[in-house]
Amino acid sequence: MSAAIRFSAVKKRFGDVEALKGVDFDVREGEFFALLGPNGAGKTTLISILGGLTRADAGGVTVLGSDVQRDYRAARRKVGIVPQELTFDPFFTVRETLEFQSGYFGLRRNGAWIDELLENLDLTGKANANMRALSGGMKRRVMVAQALVHKPPVIVLDEPTAGVDVGLRQTLWAFIQRLNDDGHTIILTTHYLEEAEALCSRIAMLKQGTLVALDDKAGLMRSHSARTVSLRLTPDALPAALQPLLVGEQDGAYQLRLDDCNTLEAMLGTLREAGVCVRDIEILKPDLEAVFLDVMGRKAQ
Amino acid sequence: MQGFSTLFYKELLRFWKVSFQTIAAPVLTAMLYLMIFSHVLESHVEAYPGVRYTAFLIPGLAMMSMLQNAFANTSSSLIQSKITGNIVYILLPPLSHLEFFSAYTLAAIVRGITVGLGVLVICSVFALPGLRYPLWIITFALLGSGVLAILGLIAGIWAEKFDQLAAFQNFIIVPLTFLSGVFYSIHSLPAFWLQVSHLNPVFYMIDGFRYGFFGVGDVSPWLSLGVVGTTFVLLAAFSLHLLRIGYKLRH
Repeated sequence: MSAAIRFSAVKKRFGDVEALKGVDFDVREGEFFALLGPNGAGKTTLISILGGLTRADAGGVTVLGSDVQRDYRAARRKVGIVPQELTFDPFFTVRETLEFQSGYFGLRRNGAWIDELLENLDLTGKANANMRALSGGMKRRVMVAQALVHKPPVIVLDEPTAGVDVGLRQTLWAFIQRLNDDGHTIILTTHYLEEAEALCSRIAMLKQGTLVALDDKAGLMRSHSARTVSLRLTPDALPAALQPLLVGEQDGAYQLRLDDCNTLEAMLGTLREAGVCVRDIEILKPDLEAVFLDVMGRKAQ
Repeated sequence: MQGFSTLFYKELLRFWKVSFQTIAAPVLTAMLYLMIFSHVLESHVEAYPGVRYTAFLIPGLAMMSMLQNAFANTSSSLIQSKITGNIVYILLPPLSHLEFFSAYTLAAIVRGITVGLGVLVICSVFALPGLRYPLWIITFALLGSGVLAILGLIAGIWAEKFDQLAAFQNFIIVPLTFLSGVFYSIHSLPAFWLQVSHLNPVFYMIDGFRYGFFGVGDVSPWLSLGVVGTTFVLLAAFSLHLLRIGYKLRH
């Protein structure tokens, strides 16, 4: 499969801060891709370089083969970016905003698609309202519509659901999912890890300007976080031999690291020998949040 | 082309939607200047032989209003977009720096000319300046507004805060326009200030524009055309360069 976006050794420095230290990866065509990382990891800088808002100091970015600097016109037609900051032009209505955005991309008479966007983003009733009169969540959805006016094959959403209520968030994701099903490549940054886990097939993690993980969801779960087993015991005391495996206690249940499912038998044997009964047992699979914390090295603290 | 025409139209609509503030207000201001200055000076000053002071003043006021509004249009549009952040919607699409430049500049020229026409129409109630050479009038109106539109573009790109833009306006644009012979013929000035005025490109805009009305000026309209035309070309090249390298717009 060919690359929708190719980041090649992208470096960027702002004064003393090295925001990107040579980031290298591809996003494949048709993927629903998550770009995760704590604040200040360089996600937005990377997206700004992709959109031509920022220029890389070294390295390059291509969108479906077009270089974002040398061939910026072609590259920008292929990508639609929803910026993170909530911004709008207070002079205009929703429809004017979308018609202007279409025109900037060289599109005339884009009304039918604009209507479809408004319909899908639940904005039809607000088409002739001034941008100032919209709630934060509505403005956010207009921003999504603005990024989609030119039907870009690659869609980038930089924290699109910040400040959007749950119902609308689901409407938004259903729409984005449909675009992905139609073949659009989606790149998402978000702080809601459960969103990334539910939607994305492949995940990249950035930390302090460096790519620290890149894998599909299953691979990431396998390699970065062990399963845990949750045990309720009678009497309520964990034998000393099992103490090193303890990762936490919750509601009277001990959570032990389970590096390999085959070690479960030995663990139960140790409990039996110590005369401890197991009242309840549950094996917990890692979630993306656990992987994220593991990769970002917070567990060590 | 579609990108340019959309951005041009957006810029026109932007000031048109608040035309009470962007067109009516400067016309009223110019009218007040005219009423006050002509009341005080009409009987004392005769700038050119046979030309009433009020008539002399009108083209100067019209030009000054055009220049200030052309500057205000590009600079305020850009600084507002930069501060609110909606400039990204102009920077993300495939607009070339030439499209960006021409759309902003032309819209500002249109606002300048609209205000200038308004001033001429309203002020003609008080006195009628002649219309000796309409082609000179149009040429200097377009070039003068163009120069200030580009200066506004440069100021808007450079300024990061409203007070920086206000400083640019109050310490550069206002002195240049006031000390350019709007209210007087520079030949009435002491020799030193006469020399200084000759270094001010705005002087040539006003002098050339006024020549179109009366057929008389402090210098030849061809010299004025040379100075204003050269200024326009140099500033256009400079601002296009800034846009091409993305100065303060693309990090």
